Amino acid sequence: MQSALQKGGSRSEYRLLSAILILALCLTLAPVLRLFIEGVTDQGAPSLSLVKSVLAQDSTLNALKHSLITAGLGTLVSVVLGAAFAFLVALTDLRAKAALVFCLMIPMMIPPQITALSWTQIMGPSSVLLKTLGIAPPLGAPQPLYSPEGIILLLGIQHMSIIFLTLRAGLRAIPQEVVEAARISGARGFRTWWQVVMPLTLPSLAAGTAITFVTALGNFGIPAMLGIPAGYVTLPTLVYQKLAGMGTTVLAEVSVLAMLIGAVAIVGILLQRFFQGRQNVYLVGSTSRPLAIPLGSARLPVEILLWAVVFVILVLPMFGLLATSLVPAYGVPLRFDTMTFASWGEVLFRQPVTARAFANSFSLALGAAVVLMIICLPLAWLMERHPTRLSRLFDSLLDLPYALPGVVLSIAMILLLIKLPFTEATLYGTIWIIFLAYLARFFAVMFRPVQASLKQLDPAMAEAAQSVGAGLFQRLRDVILPLSAPAAAAGAILVFLTAFNELTVSALLWSSGTETLGVVIFNLDDSGETAMASALAMTIVFVVIALMTLIQLFSRRFPKGVVPWQT
Amino acid sequence: MADIDITSLGKVFAGTPALQDITTRFEDGEFIALLGPSGCGKTTLLRLLAGFDMPSSGTIRIGAREVATATKMVPPEERNIGFVFQSYALWPHMPVRRNVSYPLEIRKLTKPEIAAQTDAALAATGLTEYADRMPSDLSGGQRQRVALARCLVSAPDAVLLDEPLANLDVALRASMQEVFTDFHKRTGATMVYVTHDQAEAMAMADRIAVMNQGLIQQFDTPQTLYERPKNRFVAEFVGRGTVVPVKAIEHDEIQLHAHILGTRIAVKSDAQSQVSHVCLRPENLSISETGDLRAKVARVTYLGGKYLLETVSACGTRLLAETRAKFDVGAQLGLTITTPWAFSED
Ligand SMILES: Nc1ncnc2c1ncn2[C@@H]1O[C@H](COP(=O)(O)OP(=O)(O)OP(=O)(O)O)[C@@H](O)[C@H]1O
Ligand SMILES: [Mg+2]
Repeated sequence: MQSALQKGGSRSEYRLLSAILILALCLTLAPVLRLFIEGVTDQGAPSLSLVKSVLAQDSTLNALKHSLITAGLGTLVSVVLGAAFAFLVALTDLRAKAALVFCLMIPMMIPPQITALSWTQIMGPSSVLLKTLGIAPPLGAPQPLYSPEGIILLLGIQHMSIIFLTLRAGLRAIPQEVVEAARISGARGFRTWWQVVMPLTLPSLAAGTAITFVTALGNFGIPAMLGIPAGYVTLPTLVYQKLAGMGTTVLAEVSVLAMLIGAVAIVGILLQRFFQGRQNVYLVGSTSRPLAIPLGSARLPVEILLWAVVFVILVLPMFGLLATSLVPAYGVPLRFDTMTFASWGEVLFRQPVTARAFANSFSLALGAAVVLMIICLPLAWLMERHPTRLSRLFDSLLDLPYALPGVVLSIAMILLLIKLPFTEATLYGTIWIIFLAYLARFFAVMFRPVQASLKQLDPAMAEAAQSVGAGLFQRLRDVILPLSAPAAAAGAILVFLTAFNELTVSALLWSSGTETLGVVIFNLDDSGETAMASALAMTIVFVVIALMTLIQLFSRRFPKGVVPWQT
Repeated sequence: MADIDITSLGKVFAGTPALQDITTRFEDGEFIALLGPSGCGKTTLLRLLAGFDMPSSGTIRIGAREVATATKMVPPEERNIGFVFQSYALWPHMPVRRNVSYPLEIRKLTKPEIAAQTDAALAATGLTEYADRMPSDLSGGQRQRVALARCLVSAPDAVLLDEPLANLDVALRASMQEVFTDFHKRTGATMVYVTHDQAEAMAMADRIAVMNQGLIQQFDTPQTLYERPKNRFVAEFVGRGTVVPVKAIEHDEIQLHAHILGTRIAVKSDAQSQVSHVCLRPENLSISETGDLRAKVARVTYLGGKYLLETVSACGTRLLAETRAKFDVGAQLGLTITTPWAFSED
């Protein structure tokens, strides 16, 4: 209180800050806290007996082992792919870098269940694409992706953009003089890279690796689509199976599993923070010109290679998906005379569940984007103006619901809302539980860009309005809102994009009538309606790419750090 | 009516005092300059007056109203004060006209009133032809004029300006100084103008408050400040002055005499018997072969039409003198000191 009054000095600002801060704290941190309490108590008394018994089960240990293997090796694949692209794009004189970066971002933005679906459509005996080309394996041959290796490969591809982005940001922060000094002293080519660039980028590489591991660990779509058919269970799919099979009676048990995932994830987050902190110590200096080491005659081959990789990981699976969506029945080869849009028509216009899911996902995503914008704008501005101890604590913890695996958050939400305090009412089974979960999960996605843009805003802008007599809400409306609008819009589009496609959270929270698009695709595929699942998935991919293009078109008007793929 | 009354005002940032115990009064309609080295607390004082920060101790009254104490304060939006920022702080999303008319919108004036007063403010600052431009399409001087028009339009009781010309080049500064003095004459508002350019302060202000380390060292008219500095800091900071200690003093009915640098000279002072230092400015020193103070030329700087000589006296003190004739480095010359200002410093 005292410190808030010392600076700025307006009581109405302080009151508004407290109100919004408390609301935001309840939204984001209460579920996590609730989950923790559930795990370490037994009928109200502190106890670790449940933890012990769940951790002793074979299924838990197996799932933990599978999770660690797939997330670990998947991260390795991401590191190899992402780092290679990052070094080449950030350090050399490749052409068309912007297009390359944009394409590399698409895998991250496409929901994992669609990634999994699309890849299964270009491999295995029933692949329409392979059949059409006449190179499909014989019927009865196994689908090679229904295996740990398949999960690892797809997790690696799905998350390579994270490594790419963090590493590229780190590389851009390397002062040009450092490399020039090495070259003046006679180091050339590979040696400069190995002895100068590499050591300087290790912190950002390590930070990116840690966060990739956490994300892979929490991934539900890929192990669900590829692992469940193969009987290969990871921690998130184990939680899903238990909850789907036995309902909320196993809530206490699955909350322990959720805490187990959360614990591994938090170790990863702490590691990431540690390395990110080290990075700041290293990299100070001017970064006026980006590095551009000439590749010489190797440039064209390298470019061809990179675009070939993009083709294989992005374009090819999409062709598979498209081919599958256009056949009359699953398994029929695609020819001009057999091609039909029947699945598209059926899934988009006739199935009531799709229309419902579109409406649900659309209103959930839009609602989350709007509500988060309304909360985050004043909050970010007031936190910037009056840093209190509470607001600093919140600042350091608000990423938690986004960084923690979606399964963990869903279980936490169920625990928190299955029986509302002081009433018999429940939110479980209603759309509100999904909505609140989205608000918690995507809070950081909205808050960080707004915060970044307000940090760059001259405080004199608002003070000038204040000195001519504008009250708090007039200042917010006439000065702060218009000036941070581009960042808020970008944040809102990102929230919309991720919420629109989201599966992990809603997979545990949906019930009949509150299906989301992610759930529908998953269920369609699960019940063998692969053609319809593909048609719906293709539609979503188009929506994603259209929205990303929209952000890209406006990206020049955003401050630095707002568009995630332009750090 | 807006005279500003400051009593025992103090401001502490995280344990370190930025302002200590300032008590002073700015009369209604005065043009005040706050002058001082970087970090002395000028901006802090100005922000306390505006209400952007809250004092740690003391009170501020503007007119009849107590606007700030250490426990409660009137927020800036209710003070009717104008603030001109060094960074202009124009709203980049509003065209020039809207930037200027915004204060009137806040005051809920009618459309025709807003239009009329905005046009008047734009005309007064010579901005009529730029009314529809965005701030990003203006030059630095034009931007500062927009900031001034925005502040003028709502007829504030007092206008606070924080180094408004620091970002402009020398030629533009001179013409903008005129704009500010015109503005002051026309509105009669109390103006508090922060600067660390003494020529600017001397040229514009009715009175100058010289600050150092969070304290007002002296608050007087420019002439008094230059001719009768109160202490060593002011003597050295304002104008080119060398301060030398007094060995002994004698005074008779008509004249005070001091012994400095081994000679006995007549001095002026208001401190009478306790004077401890004198301030030697170039105009107190004349060069003559017969001068009883011997000195050697250490450096010569051409000032245009005259030379500034940095000389070292026999006892090692640096003295600054001005001449029309050129001297060579190393030349010996004699200096005569004519009635410098003496003050006491403890
Ligand atoms: N928000 C703050 N937190 C901590 N210390 C501050 C803050 N604002 C100012 N100070 C300190 O208070 C002292 C006075 O600062 P102030 O900005 O008033 O100086 P100034 O006279 O305006 O200097 P300049 O001529 O460089 O603008 C400085 O030592 C500064 O470091
Ligand atoms: Mg200042």
